[in-house]
Amino acid sequence: MSVPMPTSSSPALQSGESRLHPLQATRSSLTLRRRLVNALIVLLTTLAALFAAGLLVYLLCYVLSQGLRYINLDFFTQLPTPNGEPGGGMGEAFQGSLILIALASLMGVPLGLFTGIYLAEFGRGPFAQGVRFLVDVLNGIPTIIFGLLAWVLIVIPMQTFSGLAGGFALGMIMIPIVTRTSEDVLRLVPRELREASLALGATEARTILQVVLPAARSGIITGVVLAMARVAGETAPLLMTAFGTTFWNTDVTQPMDALPLRIFQFTLSPYQQQVNQAYAGAFVLIVLILLASLAVRLATGGFKQR
Amino acid sequence: MIQERVSLSKARQQWIRWQRLLRAQRPGDLFFRGITLLFVLIVLGLVAGTAWILISNSLPTIRRFGFSFLTNKAFDPVHDSYGVLPAIFGTLITSAFALIFAVPLGVGASIFLVDFCPRPLRLVLAFLIDLLAAIPSVIYGLWGFLVLAPWLHNNGEPWLQQHLGFLPLFQGQPEGVGYLGAGIILTMMVLPLIISVSREVMLVTPVAQREALLALGATRWEVIRHAVLPFARVGILGGVILALGRALGETMAVTMIVGNQANEPSLSLFTPGYTLASVIANQFGEATPGLFLSAIIEAGLILFIITLITNILARWLIASLQRQAQGRSRGGRL
Repeated sequence: MSVPMPTSSSPALQSGESRLHPLQATRSSLTLRRRLVNALIVLLTTLAALFAAGLLVYLLCYVLSQGLRYINLDFFTQLPTPNGEPGGGMGEAFQGSLILIALASLMGVPLGLFTGIYLAEFGRGPFAQGVRFLVDVLNGIPTIIFGLLAWVLIVIPMQTFSGLAGGFALGMIMIPIVTRTSEDVLRLVPRELREASLALGATEARTILQVVLPAARSGIITGVVLAMARVAGETAPLLMTAFGTTFWNTDVTQPMDALPLRIFQFTLSPYQQQVNQAYAGAFVLIVLILLASLAVRLATGGFKQR
Repeated sequence: MIQERVSLSKARQQWIRWQRLLRAQRPGDLFFRGITLLFVLIVLGLVAGTAWILISNSLPTIRRFGFSFLTNKAFDPVHDSYGVLPAIFGTLITSAFALIFAVPLGVGASIFLVDFCPRPLRLVLAFLIDLLAAIPSVIYGLWGFLVLAPWLHNNGEPWLQQHLGFLPLFQGQPEGVGYLGAGIILTMMVLPLIISVSREVMLVTPVAQREALLALGATRWEVIRHAVLPFARVGILGGVILALGRALGETMAVTMIVGNQANEPSLSLFTPGYTLASVIANQFGEATPGLFLSAIIEAGLILFIITLITNILARWLIASLQRQAQGRSRGGRL
């Protein structure tokens, strides 16, 4: 490994004039120049960090402070009022989001968890490497593609938008997140625990189900919460599947509302009352995601490690 | 003898393992293994199915238009003439804009976070960045539509036109919604991603290399320049490509501010336009079976292929860096 020599100021180099760059005439000017460059870089990177953080924090604070003003009990329990009349809320959006997340978990959690178990416990060789790679790539596919998939597979044949299609699209998004986190935490379970169980005569299946999985339980739950938080904010795939409604609905074969969908529609609304409610919805969504991130950090001890 | 045993081929080792498993006669274990494998195969099937559905459903437009789908400017259901040139152009120009601003800002900020930042602040900032990466795109879209677009319309774009109007980038009618707004929103959305990936790869730089340079009398910037950046370069590039993939496929925030008009590709950033994802989000509602439906799905297929390529590239770069890092920490290369 060859590391490029820094322009050194050691006395040995100072004496050998032939190896010096013309700019490095004397030791003091050299040190000064290097110090100045160093200070400049520190300044520039600090400014970059402050600008980036400041911009994003401003956005967050703006949306939060606007939203907080329009939060009240009705917001969570009432239906939207027609034509922007005062009052009302987006209760059906909360109801719909809960049902959609439950549907998505029903599909995404088992598929992701078992794939994670396979990769962590039996996953050697090129096949498992391929699966791992594919799961990572799946994580980066734009979510609207899964909306398109559910639209073609479910909405068009059924001839109606439905919660079922929305749940399917969100489930596809959950799979890679649950897979990767459960594989990672299963790998962290100490080998000795497995060996002890096997030495006591337990079979492989029993070892995994009754020793390894319980040991990794909190980590797996963390991954599931993370995946739920992620799909709770997804809008694009729901636009063409669940579609949204302004009425209470628990029938998964009918159009269903969701919090991000309602925020989207109210943002574009011509009525100030609905725009205000969009801010309030954004407030709730941000707080939910903040809580999920905090819970995950606390569960994994992420604050201590870094 | 020993030599021969060691050099048993991999396939043979696998075969022996299976033989042992079968001889041990633990149907429960085999069953469990089979179940997990079944779930893996379902996931693989879903991915393959996604590709197959997209391809088979866009066949009508592929047959009818071929490559002219990529160069046709109209997306016109009335005359059954479809093309995505404005959308591809809009996708590329907004993503390029985002990367031009987000990469220097993000890499600079992560250098600060890793090397210069006071420790207590570092924890807070790192958490904040991770949180911001998790904020849903509809929130960025809400801010973009309600705050950024009106500001651009009334203040930002007239100012740019007045002072930099000689550039083709800032000519035309200020409308608020357009490529400029979409580019700014995308910059803000990919920033946290670039910062967190570059920060992670910079953190794995071997301590020995940093210490060696410090011992030679290097300043802190020289340590970064000669030890950290050469090491982390590939990983940062991977992060940038990951961010590119995110920017290319971003739907909601962009749809809310890009204007959604199929205009001629023009250099002016003030032009309202389309991106591939926003075409899908805007047009599916009116879609009628036949060419219209197929055209929307083909737009999705193009987006799928582009993001697939960028993601594979990014993952491959990041994985190759991790392998390199592991090899070095074992002492193999140093």
